[in-house]
Amino acid sequence: MSEPVLYLDGVSVVFDGFKALNGLSLIVDAGELRAIIGPNGAGKTTMMDVITGKTRPTAGVVRFRRHDLTKLDEASIANLGIGRKFQKPTMFDALTVFENLELALKAPRGPLACLRWVLTGEARRRIEAVMEEVGLAARAHDRAAILSHGQRQWLEIGMLLMQDPELLLVDEPVAGMTDQETEHTAALLVRIAGRRSVVVVEHDLEFVRALGSKVTVLCEGSMLSEGSIDHVQNDPRVVEVYLGR
Amino acid sequence: MTLRLVLIGAVLVLAALPALNRLPAENALHVSDFIVSIAGKWITYAVLALAIDLAWGYAGILSLGHGAFFALGGYAIGMHLMRLIGPRGVYGHPVLPDFMVFLGYKELPWYWLGFDHFPFAILMAMLVPGVLAGVVGYLAFRSRITGVYLSIITQALTYALMLAFFRNDMGFGGNNGFTDFKELLGMPLNTAAARGALFYASLLLLLGALWICSRVTRSKLGRVLVAIRDAESRARFLGYDVTQHKLFVFVLSAMIAGLAGALYVPQVGIINPGEFSPGNSIEAVIWVAVGGRGTLVGALLGAFSVNALKTWLTTVAPDLWLFALGGLFVAVTLFLPRGLIGLFSRAQR
Ligand SMILES: Nc1ncnc2c1ncn2[C@@H]1O[C@H](COP(=O)(O)OP(=O)(O)OP(=O)(O)O)[C@@H](O)[C@H]1O
Ligand SMILES: [Mg+2]
Repeated sequence: MSEPVLYLDGVSVVFDGFKALNGLSLIVDAGELRAIIGPNGAGKTTMMDVITGKTRPTAGVVRFRRHDLTKLDEASIANLGIGRKFQKPTMFDALTVFENLELALKAPRGPLACLRWVLTGEARRRIEAVMEEVGLAARAHDRAAILSHGQRQWLEIGMLLMQDPELLLVDEPVAGMTDQETEHTAALLVRIAGRRSVVVVEHDLEFVRALGSKVTVLCEGSMLSEGSIDHVQNDPRVVEVYLGR
Repeated sequence: MTLRLVLIGAVLVLAALPALNRLPAENALHVSDFIVSIAGKWITYAVLALAIDLAWGYAGILSLGHGAFFALGGYAIGMHLMRLIGPRGVYGHPVLPDFMVFLGYKELPWYWLGFDHFPFAILMAMLVPGVLAGVVGYLAFRSRITGVYLSIITQALTYALMLAFFRNDMGFGGNNGFTDFKELLGMPLNTAAARGALFYASLLLLLGALWICSRVTRSKLGRVLVAIRDAESRARFLGYDVTQHKLFVFVLSAMIAGLAGALYVPQVGIINPGEFSPGNSIEAVIWVAVGGRGTLVGALLGAFSVNALKTWLTTVAPDLWLFALGGLFVAVTLFLPRGLIGLFSRAQR
C-alpha cells in the first residue's frame, strides 16, 4: 500500500556539461495528484523525459513500482502504465478525434493485431465515455487538425485516459487556455486522480491552487521546496527564485 | 463513390483489351498487339506504384530502392524462364543456360536449384525481396533511420545490387541479363494467347494487391501507419513498437513489388541489371507523387498517366523525357501536393 508508484533518487542529467537535472529526488504515491512548478529551464520537462525513457539519466535511480525505467525504451515504459501529455500537444492530425482515441485505447499493439482489430461495442463505449469526460463528444468525427488549442489539450488528456495508465504525466496542460478552459481542466485532473497518480507541470499558480494538491518546486534541476501551495508560496527560497529576478 | 465507379470502369476496359485484340484488324474496335503488351506492362508498374504508396504514402517510408525489389522478382522468374529453355539454347547444353556455357560453368550454381519449378520461382520472387527488405528495414528502423537518410540507404541498396548483377561471376548473366525466353507454363511466349494470359495474370495481381493494400489501410494498422508517418515519436509514447510496424509494411511492400517484377519480365521478354538503376526507383516514386500519395487510387492513376506520357513523349521527342519527368515532379510538388487525385478533392485517404 505505502509503496510509492514513482521513485526518483539523485537523478542527474547532463547536456554538454550543463546540468539540466541535478540530484533530483521525488516520490509520488498511488492515487496522488502532484503539481510541479518552477521557473523556465528548471528541468521539469527533462524530468518527464527521464521518466518516459526519452532521455537517459547520467546518474540516479528512476523506478516505477519495481521497474527500473532507466533500462526500458519508450514503448515498453508506456505499456507498463505511464502515459504522458507533451508540453506541445501532439496528436495525429490526419486522424479524427475518435481515431486518435482508438489508437490510444489499451489493446494489443503489434501489426497483425492491429490488422485484425475490430471495434467492439465495449471499446466503442469506452472511447465514447472518454470523449464525454474530456468534453469532445460533439467533435468525434472531426479531424484533430481542426480542433482549437484547448480542445487539443483535452484530446491529449483523453488519449492518456484511453491507455488506462497508472501514472499520468501532464506537461503544461493549460498554457494558452482561457480562464474557463483552465477551470474545466483543473476539475478534470482532480477527477482523474485518485484512481491513478497524476503529475502535473504548470506555471499558472491559480491553476495549481485549484488543483489543491501537494506542490513540488523545481529549480536548476533539483527540488527547492515541497508542501501545500500556501507553504510553498511563503517559502523564502521560492519567493527569491520567482520574485528575485 | 464516383471514384470507385471510375475505377471499376477502368478495370473493365482493361479486361476487355486482350479480347478486342483478337478481333480482325479491320474491325473498328480492334486493339493492336502493341497496346495489349504496353498495357500489360503498365499494370505491373501500377502494382509497383501501389507497393511504394503503401510504404511511403501511408507509413512515410520514402524508399528510393523499390526498383530493386521489382528487379529481384523479375530475376527470379527470369531464372525459371532460362531453365525452361533447356537444350534449345544456342550451345544446346541440356541444363546450362547459354551464358553459363559461354563462361565455362561446369554445373548449375547451387542457388539456381529449384528454379526449374514455377511455384518455387514465384515463391522466390516474393521471398527474396521480402527477406532483403526485412534485413535492411530491421537495421534501419531499429536505429531510427528515417527521412532522407533512409531514402539514401535504399538508393544505395539498388545501386549496389546493380553493380553486383553486372558482374559475370555472380551467375546471373552479367550485363546481358536473361533473354530469349521460349515459354512459360507450357505456353510459347510471343503468341496472342500467352500475351492475353500474362495480361490477365497481371490484372489479377493488381486487383489482389489493391485488395491487400486496402485491407491494410482501412484497418487500425492503416491508422497506426498514418500516425507513425505524421508523429513517429508520439506513436512510440502510445506504446506502438514503430520498428515492427514499419518492418511489416516495408516487407509486405517489397513482396508486392517482387511479384510485379515477376509478371513484368515475361511480358517484356528481358531482364538485365539496368532494372536496378537508381533512376528506375526514383521514376516509380514520381508516379506515386504525381498520382497522389496516401491514396491507393492515386498511385494507380499516377502509374498509368506518367507512363502514358512517357510512351508518347519518347516517341515524339525522346530527348525531352527526363526534363519532362523532372519538371512534372517539381510542378506537382509545388502546385498539386496531393497529386492528380487532389483535383478530385473529397477523395481523402
Ligand atoms: N536535449 C537537450 N540538449 C541540451 N540542453 C537541453 C536539452 N533539453 C533541455 N535542455 C536544457 O535543459 C534545461 C532544462 O530544460 P527543461 O525543458 O527541462 O525545462 P522546463 O523546466 O521544462 O522549462 P519550461 O518551463 O520552459 O518548459 C534548459 O536549460 C534546456 O535548455
Ligand atoms: Mg518544459
